[in-house]
Amino acid sequence: MAAAEARGAPRRRRVGRTVLIAAALLFLGLFLLMPLLVVFIQALSRGVGTYLAAIFDPMAWAAVKLTLEVAAIAVPLNLLFGVAAAWAIAKFDFRGKSALVTLIDLPFAVSPVIAGLIFILLFGAHGWFGGVLRAHHIRVVFAVPGIVLATLFVTFPFIARELIPVMQAQGRDDEETALSLGASGWQTFWRVTLPNIRWGLMYGVLLCNARAMGEFGAVSVVSGHVRGLTNTMPLHVEILYNEYNYTAAFAVASLLALLALLTLAGKSFLEWRQPELRHAALAARDRTRRENT
Amino acid sequence: MVLAALEVETFTRPRSPRRVLPGFGLTLGYTMVYLSLLVLIPLSAVFVRSLGSGWGHFFAAVSAPRVAASLRLSFGASLLAALINVVFGLIVAWVLVRYTFPFKRLVDAMVDLPFALPTAVAGIALTALYAPNGWLGTGLASLGVTVAFTPLGIVVALTFVGLPFVVRTLQPVLEDLDTEVEQAAATLGASALQCFVRVVLPALWPALLTGFALAFARAVGEYGSVIFIAGNMPMKSEIAPLLIVTKLEQYDYAGATAIAVVMLILSFGIMLGINALQHWAVSRHGGR
Repeated sequence: MAAAEARGAPRRRRVGRTVLIAAALLFLGLFLLMPLLVVFIQALSRGVGTYLAAIFDPMAWAAVKLTLEVAAIAVPLNLLFGVAAAWAIAKFDFRGKSALVTLIDLPFAVSPVIAGLIFILLFGAHGWFGGVLRAHHIRVVFAVPGIVLATLFVTFPFIARELIPVMQAQGRDDEETALSLGASGWQTFWRVTLPNIRWGLMYGVLLCNARAMGEFGAVSVVSGHVRGLTNTMPLHVEILYNEYNYTAAFAVASLLALLALLTLAGKSFLEWRQPELRHAALAARDRTRRENT
Repeated sequence: MVLAALEVETFTRPRSPRRVLPGFGLTLGYTMVYLSLLVLIPLSAVFVRSLGSGWGHFFAAVSAPRVAASLRLSFGASLLAALINVVFGLIVAWVLVRYTFPFKRLVDAMVDLPFALPTAVAGIALTALYAPNGWLGTGLASLGVTVAFTPLGIVVALTFVGLPFVVRTLQPVLEDLDTEVEQAAATLGASALQCFVRVVLPALWPALLTGFALAFARAVGEYGSVIFIAGNMPMKSEIAPLLIVTKLEQYDYAGATAIAVVMLILSFGIMLGINALQHWAVSRHGGR
C-alpha cells in the first residue's frame, strides 16, 4: 500500500505539473496573446495597401507627432524629478522619508479620469485659474498644455520609484570617496553616480515613456478631441473606432502595440543587464520602511 | 583599543552623514515643490471644490441611483477581476518560478504586456475578440454567453489590466521560498495539496493580499480598456470613471467632482491598507 503510494506520487506530481502549466498558458494565451494578435490581424485584414494608407493619413500622422511631442516634454521633466527625489531619499536620512515615498506613489492610486478632472477644475473655464488664463488668452485645458500636464501627472512616479531602490543599493561610499579626493558635487554626480545608475535610469525612462505615449483616460478628459491639433495616438484610435473605421483604428493601434512590444523587449534586455531591476520598485518600499523603523 | 576604534570611527565617518554629500536641500526642495505643484495641490482641488458645493449637494449627487449603480459596478467588477487574478496569478507565478518549459522567458516577459499596451488598444482588441462576431464571441454566443457589451465584458477588461500585479508581487516571494521545508513535509507524508495549503500558502499570504489590493486599486480607476467593451448602459454597464466623463461633458462639475471624491477616498483607503499590510508583513518576517 505504502509502496504503491510512493510509486504513484511522482506520477501524480508530473500530472499536476502538466495541468498547472497548461492552465497558466491557457490563461495567458486567452488574456495576453489573443488580444495582441487580433490587433495586427485586424489591422492587416484589408491588405497592406489599406494598412499603409491608414498609417500615412495626415490626421494619423498629426496624432503621432503630438504623441511624440508630449512624451518629449513629459519624460525629461519626470526624469529630472526622479533623479532629484532619488538623490534626496537614497543618500540622506530625514524624518518623514517613508511618507514622502508613499506620496510619490500617489498618482498610481488615482483614476486617470480623475487625473484629467483635477486639471479641468484648476484651469478650465470655471476653474480656479480659468479667469486669469482667459484674460491672458492662454489655453491650458482642451489644448496641448493640458495634455502635457495630465501626462506628467499619470507618469509622475515611474522614474523615481525605479531610481530610489537602485541608488539605495549603491549606498553613498563611492560618492564620499570622490568628494574626499577633491571632486566637486557636480563632478561626483556626473562621473560617479550617473554611471552607477544608468541601467536603472533607462529602465525608468522606458516605462515612463510607454505610459506617456499610451495614456488614454487622463488625456481624453483634457484634450477636447480636436483632430489634427489635440489628438494623441490613443485618442485617434478611439475616434476612428467610433466612426466604425475599424481597419484604420487597428492600424494606428498596431503602432502602439509595436511600441508596447519594443518596451517589453527593452525591459527584458535591461533586466538581463541588471537582474535586481526586476523587483526593484517593490523592494523600495520595504527598504525605506525598514530603515525608518 | 576602544579609543582607537572610536578615533577611526570619527575619522572615516563624520558625525552627521547628511553634511558629507552635497545637494540635500536642493534635491529635497525640488522634490517637494514639484510634488506639491503637480500632484498635491491639484488633487486637493477636488476636495476643496466638492466641499464648496456643500454636504447636502454632495450626498445628493453621490446617492443618485445612476451614480450609486456605477460605483457598485466599478467596485464589484474590480473585486471579481482581482479575485480571478489572485487565482490565475498564483498559478502563473508558480509555474514560472518552479517549472521549466519551452519559451518560458518569452512567456515571463509577456506578463507585463498589460503595463505596456495602451489601454485604448487593449479595449478595442478585447472588444474585437468578444463581440458576437469575434473569434471568441462566436463560440461563446453558441453557448448562450454574451461577454461584450455586458458587465461580464467589464470583468474581462479589468482582469487583463490587473494581470501583472499578482504575478509580479508573488514571483520574488516564491523565488525566496525554501523548498527544503516542502520536501521535509513531503517526506513526512504530506500530500502535494496538504503541503501547498499548510506550508506554501501561509508564506504567500502577504504577497497575495498586496497583489490583490494593487490589481483591485488599478481596476477601480480603469477607463480606457473598459469603455469599448462595456456597452455603457446607464444603471447596467456604466462604470464610475465613465460617469465622471459624462458629467463633465454636461458641465456638471459638482456631480463629477462628487464621484471623484468618493473614488479617491476609497482608493486612498485601499492604498493605506496595502501600506499597513506590507508594514505588518515586513515586521513579522523581518523583511525578505
